[in-house]
Amino acid sequence: MRNAFAAAVISRCNHDDHFFLTGDLGFMALEEVQKAFGARFVNAGVAEQNMVGVAAGLAREGFKVFVYSIAPFCYARPFEQIRNDVCFGKLPVCLVGNGGGYGYGYMGPTHHALEDCAAMNALGVRVLAPAFDDDIAPMLTTLSVPSYLRLGYDVRPKGSEVPAYAPWREVLSGDNGAIAALGPLAGVAWQALLDLPAASRPSVWAVTEFGHDAIPDAFLAQITGRRLFVVEEHVAAGGLGMHLALALARRGVHASSFVHHHAQGYPTGRFGSQAFHRAQSGLDAEGIRAMVQGKMV
Amino acid sequence: MPSFDETLKLAKIRLLRMHREANSGHLGGNFSCIDALMTLSHQVMKAGDRFILSKGHAAGALYVTLWSLGKLQEADLVTFCKDNTLLPGHPSGGGIPGLLFSTGSLGHGPSLAAGVALAARHRQTDTQVYCLCSDGEWQEGSCWEALAFSVHNRLGNLTIIIDQNGWQGFGRTEDIISYSDLTSRIAAFGADVQRADGHNTAEIERALKNKSADRPRVLILDTVKGKDLHFADTMESHYLPLSEEQYLAACSNFDGDGHS
Repeated sequence: MRNAFAAAVISRCNHDDHFFLTGDLGFMALEEVQKAFGARFVNAGVAEQNMVGVAAGLAREGFKVFVYSIAPFCYARPFEQIRNDVCFGKLPVCLVGNGGGYGYGYMGPTHHALEDCAAMNALGVRVLAPAFDDDIAPMLTTLSVPSYLRLGYDVRPKGSEVPAYAPWREVLSGDNGAIAALGPLAGVAWQALLDLPAASRPSVWAVTEFGHDAIPDAFLAQITGRRLFVVEEHVAAGGLGMHLALALARRGVHASSFVHHHAQGYPTGRFGSQAFHRAQSGLDAEGIRAMVQGKMV
Repeated sequence: MPSFDETLKLAKIRLLRMHREANSGHLGGNFSCIDALMTLSHQVMKAGDRFILSKGHAAGALYVTLWSLGKLQEADLVTFCKDNTLLPGHPSGGGIPGLLFSTGSLGHGPSLAAGVALAARHRQTDTQVYCLCSDGEWQEGSCWEALAFSVHNRLGNLTIIIDQNGWQGFGRTEDIISYSDLTSRIAAFGADVQRADGHNTAEIERALKNKSADRPRVLILDTVKGKDLHFADTMESHYLPLSEEQYLAACSNFDGDGHS
């Protein structure tokens, strides 16, 4: 999604009231942003606390500011600067974390972001987890509040058309309950269930705005008294599953079952690719198929 | 119209009363920087300039300074550190003229100031940005990140003032994490470093008005924690509030009777 993000930033946000800060990352992705933004593109170096503070200073003076880094360096290292400097002032700073979840795979756990959405959501940051490249441009039109953009990889089935952007979208219809999938896992679930008969599969919903309470009525209808699945490349604590369960309880909506596949961390103490870690957490295509078929992997 | 010296004296008395009425500590760090804060605000800053209090525990000195400028009212000051106030013990940005950010966790101000300075430079305004830090605060790595960033980006419109009173939360700075000579360390980063007596207002004013245009300046002020109070230059001044007797004695140091 990095390239789609860079293109969207240039086409939607290359205005004199926008700055772009990077923590020395973006090789082979941000070069065109750098050219387009000129003096408004600042490589703040390997100093994320300062970068977020500088962003808050710029934002306080009326600029909209992107802060880009690998996801954990973007939200975890400068956590207090995000809280005190950005959120207390409700400033328009968009934190862009590349490689949400296990996205950096072999690079190891220091480069993974498994609790980022919960941490940012707890601060009142608007969490955006695009499922597809096309989602990024419409998301960038709403940057007037603190926000966190979690970039991953668009893995929609080849040749598929993605529905117009909405925070909750049905990307695959089914008659047997529904799956709420956070961000790019919607593409994984879509691919995994594509060849199952519609009568036996759940529908797949891409959820791209974390903590969003505007759950569509169509989704609620599909799960009332029926099966509900949640998949997310994020820990259970404070994740989509918990938020959804709370929202449903508040509305008095009852599914017949609730199955939640989420990031398990590093259960074997071994490390590998994003696909390896997804498989360990039942978040790959095989795990999702087994989940909806009621099988153990 | 009272002279600046008279205004400064009144501000110190009002600061004492405000802390006495709230039974609040942190007087030491307030009295080490109020001379600089008042000089900066009354004698140096012009309309449109920006100020960031990085050492947020000196909020009282800032509130009283804003009061002396007419930006806060008496009705505001009497709520200091009381329920339903806009004036907590560390400043909360928003709603108060001249207060840009919520500060109090140390090490944030220099980066915030750098961002504000970068914005002003981009807009090609003549805005000057001032940030007041404590000396112990420079144990925070983020301060050095901000300094390196500001020097590299030649933020000549930025001035960082360091209130070097030699004390921090649990002892003397030189006994905890000593920078033995903060001046040379900051100069090594490439900033324009100056030093002055932090209780000599004429000297502070001269130093603040003497600035090179092409790099950030750091003004290190030699100060006394709790200056002119009974517990000056002690650890106690960091935390302890004043008793009535101590309060009245302190006011008399500034020709005040403690009742006005």
